[in-house]
Amino acid sequence: MPQPRRDPASLESWQDPDARPFLEIRGVTKVFDGATYAVDDVSLKIFRGEFFSLLGASGCGKSTLLRMLAGLERCTQGHILIEDEDITDLPPFERPVNMMFQSYALFPHMTVEQNVAFGLRQEKLSRQEIRTRVGEMLELVRMTGFARRKPDQLSGGQRQRVALARSLAKQPKLLLLDEPLGALDRKLRESTQFELVNIQERVGTTFIMVTHDQEEAMTMSTRLAVMDAGRILQVGTPSEVYEYPANRFVAEFIGAANLFDGRVASADGDRVTIQSEGAPSDIVMHHPQPLAIGTPVTVALRPEKIRLLDEPPPEDVNWIRGTVREIGYLGDVSIYHVGTEGGLTVQVQVTNRGRRTSGPLTWDDVVCLGWDADAGVVLPA
Amino acid sequence: MTGRRPFWLFTALAFGYAFLYLPIVTLIVYSFNDSRLVTVWGGFSTRWYGELLRNEQILAALWLSVRIAAMNATFATVLGTLAALTLVRFARFRTRMLFAGMVAAPLVMPEVILGLSALLMFVTLEQMVGWPAGRGMTTITIAHITFTTAFVAVVVQSRLSQLDGSLEEAAMDLGARPWKVFLVIILPIISPALIAGWLLGFTLSMDDLVIASFVSGPGATTLPMVIYSSVRMGVSPQVNALATIIVVVVSTGVVVAGWLLHRQGRRRQS
Amino acid sequence: MTAAREPVLTSGRASLRRRIDHGVKSLAQGRLGRTLVIALPYAWLLLFLLLPILIVLKISFSEMALASPPYTPMLQWVEQRTLSLSLHLGNYAFLWQDPLYMAAYLNSLKIAAVSTVLCLLIGYPMAYAIARAPSGWRIVLLMLVILPFWTSFLIRVYAWIGLLQGNGLINHLLLSLGLIDQPLVLLHSNFAVYLGIVYSYLPFMILPLYATLVRMDLTLLEAAADLGSPPWKSFLTVTLPLSLPGVIAGSLLVFIPAVGEFVIPDLLGGPDSLMIGKVLWTEFFSNRDWPVASAVAIAMLLVILVPLLLFQRVEERETTDPTR
Repeated sequence: MPQPRRDPASLESWQDPDARPFLEIRGVTKVFDGATYAVDDVSLKIFRGEFFSLLGASGCGKSTLLRMLAGLERCTQGHILIEDEDITDLPPFERPVNMMFQSYALFPHMTVEQNVAFGLRQEKLSRQEIRTRVGEMLELVRMTGFARRKPDQLSGGQRQRVALARSLAKQPKLLLLDEPLGALDRKLRESTQFELVNIQERVGTTFIMVTHDQEEAMTMSTRLAVMDAGRILQVGTPSEVYEYPANRFVAEFIGAANLFDGRVASADGDRVTIQSEGAPSDIVMHHPQPLAIGTPVTVALRPEKIRLLDEPPPEDVNWIRGTVREIGYLGDVSIYHVGTEGGLTVQVQVTNRGRRTSGPLTWDDVVCLGWDADAGVVLPA
Repeated sequence: MTGRRPFWLFTALAFGYAFLYLPIVTLIVYSFNDSRLVTVWGGFSTRWYGELLRNEQILAALWLSVRIAAMNATFATVLGTLAALTLVRFARFRTRMLFAGMVAAPLVMPEVILGLSALLMFVTLEQMVGWPAGRGMTTITIAHITFTTAFVAVVVQSRLSQLDGSLEEAAMDLGARPWKVFLVIILPIISPALIAGWLLGFTLSMDDLVIASFVSGPGATTLPMVIYSSVRMGVSPQVNALATIIVVVVSTGVVVAGWLLHRQGRRRQS
Repeated sequence: MTAAREPVLTSGRASLRRRIDHGVKSLAQGRLGRTLVIALPYAWLLLFLLLPILIVLKISFSEMALASPPYTPMLQWVEQRTLSLSLHLGNYAFLWQDPLYMAAYLNSLKIAAVSTVLCLLIGYPMAYAIARAPSGWRIVLLMLVILPFWTSFLIRVYAWIGLLQGNGLINHLLLSLGLIDQPLVLLHSNFAVYLGIVYSYLPFMILPLYATLVRMDLTLLEAAADLGSPPWKSFLTVTLPLSLPGVIAGSLLVFIPAVGEFVIPDLLGGPDSLMIGKVLWTEFFSNRDWPVASAVAIAMLLVILVPLLLFQRVEERETTDPTR
């Protein structure tokens, strides 16, 4: 997964304990019909210049949270502050926040130019100023030649860019993006991901994006929050969330994970030994926090961190034997589903280095799988 | 599809349109008949048109009907649009069921009931508060507004419910206040429905005999009332001529409107 | 761009308070606007639609009197102190006992029902043909269905008088073809009433039918054919059930107004084609019996309420249908 290059200075702000958050969400809750908790006591701090993603399956509350930031839904409880100023009760038309809608919501009876100028007109800027700003915005999204078109004369990708220009035209302090790439086809989506990040870096606005596509969130964000059932399960940089998922849900939601349930057999410094019914050998993993013996835990291993071995390792830990059940050839990599003796199915991903039509293994081959102590994480069961 | 099905579909259409249009065509043909009798063709003549244009009673009734219809259509469009907005946008308020019921009721209420109830109310009101004094153009207009508002509301409601709700949210997000969102975003987008609603209100009012007969008073005779009384006497060549004029005016309007829409659609695509 | 980033919001406590005040005010304004939007049509309909019907209800319980207005008041002050309420049920008893009214009600229902079926039989093939026509033709064909509606209803009914008269066009044609030797009595008969209703209300049947038929996914028929169903069977098992909402909507749009129709039975009907709308008209204009006319109206409303509730249930099912 390629990562766009980022200004390293802006990456650090959330690690600095003295940094003043740009946006603070304090215990925000949204209850629909008095019973459904769409957003349940969410608190977040987001810093200037961040590209923050709210990631989750549909119905997890991410869009409701975004709409509360825009002022389109009222908070049942909690506060929203921008630069220490409480905006919880401001109506949408008075917030220094703009939103790019999933449907783009371009006004069908106005030209591209009029759409982009709409927000500026509400500010009573001079005609000259509006014209300059609209020109700049259309240039930013490379739509200068389409200024006189109506939205229904544009392609999906062009509409998406106009929507972006319109929401950026007022130079908001915070831009909210609701599934900004959701309506684009796959090819266009990939190139647009980079374009969007580049635009964000150029204008320097803080972006908060809602998406259900984990790949999109990983590629574009400085940090992301994984949401489920109205709550935030983990906040972190893409690599933190991927390499150190905080719990089972995150481990399975982001990327693929092989999970082994077991109990702590012994702990020695930053190493724990785990016995699992699924694996014949002990599992020894790095784990900095001490764990009591007997604690039920889950070991999560990424498919690409498991190796194919010719024979069991000499130290007799961290391995499993199984039979190849399925082979998925994806070109650059192959994915093997290995059925273990313990009855589990383990996913292994192998990079195809040489050019050959079939991988090193075929169906029903018996293989040994091994991994290192720092190849995965130990999660509370 | 087999080769036979289009044939019977074509037959169904041909029969259906013949049924719909033959009576109208005969009216038009006989409006140029010099003879007063339907069955006798007395040669081509435009004398009934001349007589129609000299018929003071019909002209006065036409003028009255046009004024009532225009006023009715305007008021009904405003009220119907507000009612549609209420029903589509304000999903929850306490007496919503009653309101929705009242908006829809005239669509399914027989005209005789609408007419009778309106008249009895006007009589009661006059007794109690002295208004409206007597019956005539005002009472007809009020009664017409009440029943055509329902039709306008239906037309506007269907357009409004197709509208992407995020358009309004986007406008507010960009700094427009609610009333401005209505004026600058919603109104222009639903304007075709408003025009359609206005025309519908105008037509329904021009066409109404029953309600107007109940609530009109001396001196306020609408066009349908004049036609009705002359038709009760039997076939009248002047009514044939009038019918022809109405058909020509309406068809021209529809064809022009269709052509304009078509042109607009083509311009959009290019 | 980056240099021009001017904070839109000035920070500080004073500005915060101002903004919150402002926000509360504009929310209140929003509420006021909303109230106005609701109140205007609401008040109008209460005053000019609901109140009149309540007045009709009231008058239906009073007696005819030789006064102006010609009915007795329902509420009266007796000896200054007691408010007397006289509910006069005589009008309803009269409706029930006099066979004329019962016959008129039943005849109205019968005529409306038969006309609805006839409309369906003529309208369904037409709607189907329009929906399956090439897309460029559809709008023209549909326009041709709607066009008569925009011309005068009264004149369209009147057109049939000229055709159906004893010395009218149809009789003239049949006589000269030698098919009959006596002019048929076509006008002033039940037949003419059916014809008039079907003719006038056919567009109301075709439009909803067309709307459901044109929306139908045609690949369903291909799937049915692929699974071995002959076209006629596909029509009965796929097209017809799917168009049922249109059939019901169209039927009610014809049936309900037909029940209360006045103009058609008055101009085309004969002495035996009694319909309740015409009875109400006569009661009111000829007999000047306002209380009985009111009772007829209330009873008619109750008769219409049944298909109305049915209609509402269909509509509710349509809007809550998860497949839409």
